Amino acid sequence: MNPTTAILEVRDLVKEYPGVRAVDGIGFSVAEGSCFGLLGPNGAGKTTTVEIMEGVIPASSGAVLYRGAPIGRRFREEAGIQFQSTALQDFLTVAETLDLFRKLYGRVDSIDEVVGLCSLGELLDRDTRKLSGGQRQRLLLGIALINRPALVFLDEPTTGLDPQARRNFWQLVEGIKAQNTTVVLTTHYMEEAYILCDAIAIMDHGKIIAEGSPQALLAEHFDDVVLELPDADWPRDLGGFEYQVLREGQNVEISTADVNAALIALNAAGVPMQRLRIRPRNLEDLFIELTGKELRA
Amino acid sequence: MIRRMLAILHARNLEFVRDRASFGWNIMLPILLVVGMGLIFSGPPRPLFKAGVLQDSTEIDLDSHPFLGTRYVQFVGLTDETESVDKLSRHRIDLLFDPARNRYWVNTDSPKGYVLERLLLQVDPRLEKATVSAEQIRYIDWLLPGILGMNMMFSCLFGVGYVVVRYRKNGFLKRLQATPLRAIEFIGAQVVSRLMLILAVSIFVFVGTNYFIHFRMEGSYLALLLVAALGAICMISLGLLVAARATSEEFAGGVLNMITWPMMLLSGVWFSMEGANPIMRQAAQLLPLTHVLEAARAIMLDGAGLADISRTLLILGVMTAVFILGGTWLFRWRLE
Repeated sequence: MNPTTAILEVRDLVKEYPGVRAVDGIGFSVAEGSCFGLLGPNGAGKTTTVEIMEGVIPASSGAVLYRGAPIGRRFREEAGIQFQSTALQDFLTVAETLDLFRKLYGRVDSIDEVVGLCSLGELLDRDTRKLSGGQRQRLLLGIALINRPALVFLDEPTTGLDPQARRNFWQLVEGIKAQNTTVVLTTHYMEEAYILCDAIAIMDHGKIIAEGSPQALLAEHFDDVVLELPDADWPRDLGGFEYQVLREGQNVEISTADVNAALIALNAAGVPMQRLRIRPRNLEDLFIELTGKELRA
Repeated sequence: MIRRMLAILHARNLEFVRDRASFGWNIMLPILLVVGMGLIFSGPPRPLFKAGVLQDSTEIDLDSHPFLGTRYVQFVGLTDETESVDKLSRHRIDLLFDPARNRYWVNTDSPKGYVLERLLLQVDPRLEKATVSAEQIRYIDWLLPGILGMNMMFSCLFGVGYVVVRYRKNGFLKRLQATPLRAIEFIGAQVVSRLMLILAVSIFVFVGTNYFIHFRMEGSYLALLLVAALGAICMISLGLLVAARATSEEFAGGVLNMITWPMMLLSGVWFSMEGANPIMRQAAQLLPLTHVLEAARAIMLDGAGLADISRTLLILGVMTAVFILGGTWLFRWRLE
């Protein structure tokens, strides 16, 4: 594998709707064999971008190249897609549904590999309408992988899943990555992006505002750590404290690059530290820092 | 309770008004209905019977015989005796009257013919009843292709139209779009799937009905099967053309209703278009069911072979090609 080879390139992509420029001249490339995450708040333009990359909607201008050529027949044969929400044909079992999609591609003999990879063995005879949320997502992933794709798009695949099902899904994606399949992932879960993605791009207002590996982006934007204390432990009448204190839900947070000095200051102020936590900056901090805290439509 | 009902009523009304296609269609439908019914039913009241009048020209002199003044009987001028008797035997007219020679012909298997004969003899009891030389066909033999064709029409148009719209609305088509599947392949599969069902049902009805009624079959079963298959493909394709871009069942249902109504009235399902307004007869030629029924009756009642119905087959073939190509060109996988 040559990790620097781009399997997918997006060049000067623009998508305009009446009165709205949903995607505003973005460009990036996805390295073969990598997991690329596209992140952004609601309405940032990431679903539009992904759907153009998937060949589902046309761009107003710009280009998407798969292995150097405009997306076309070869892309359709070699790409797998898991949409955010997909209806399936009614009255079919899991096995029949997988077989239906297998036959739409010309190069796969059996569904066995996908059944094993996505742990669908015990569900093969079940009506697809009677699957749980996690089982259904595993089936949709199986459909996306049925053609042994070189590139697979996962559009918010774990939205609505419980924590166990979400972690189970992450293991499946790790299995896909291990097979050198390129993954393009959109998600609202920053932890998910951090664990699975080799590179991410953060979109806002139709533009890419940050791009790189999660670790590199964190290093680039932050040189501090966060001290977290339960709000209940914070003294009400603490005046003249030299650090800026932010309230986040049930906690207060203090950001500092010098942990020792901050701990001494807290100790001097008489703040109880039995429930103090020190954590490094994470992708969620970066996301909020870059896109702001205001609620998006 | 009233407040909750009004809340639901308001939301439903907003949905209806904002679904532009459905709303637009619901405005257009009454206009089209008014225009259509105006064209079909305007003028004097609809006649109950249709009588052919043999004479030298197709213009009828209504004063030449008192029977020709009878209300609610449509008189059709005919000039060729053999051809006219043939129309009588095939229920295209209910009675044939020759005022110059004081005689008439009636199909003894026609209920309308029986009533019309009684009317005629009441006006002029001296008339001579002539023998119908052509073999008379029972009304049920004439009617059966129409009923089978009508059933086929509904199944073809509504069976595929709604399914495709539902697939588009729930996103299944969008999922299929992400595979190598082409629109023409999807449409072809829908056509074949519905065709298999329709042929199975039609054959079952045909065989079952024949067991009880023993209707007339002069021609080849294979030719009849060919006409049924081609007619079904044509009408399925028409249904797919309607559903090619429709995004709501309400809109698709409205358009499909607007297509089936003229076919019910003008294609000769229940009654012959003999003597009808020429514009209506021309309009009927644009409807696939008209050609299906013409060809089926020609095979079943007259023993026509493939050569005899080749023009009809060609028309159905051209219509099918236009509908499929149009449907493929207009086809959209996803909601815009």
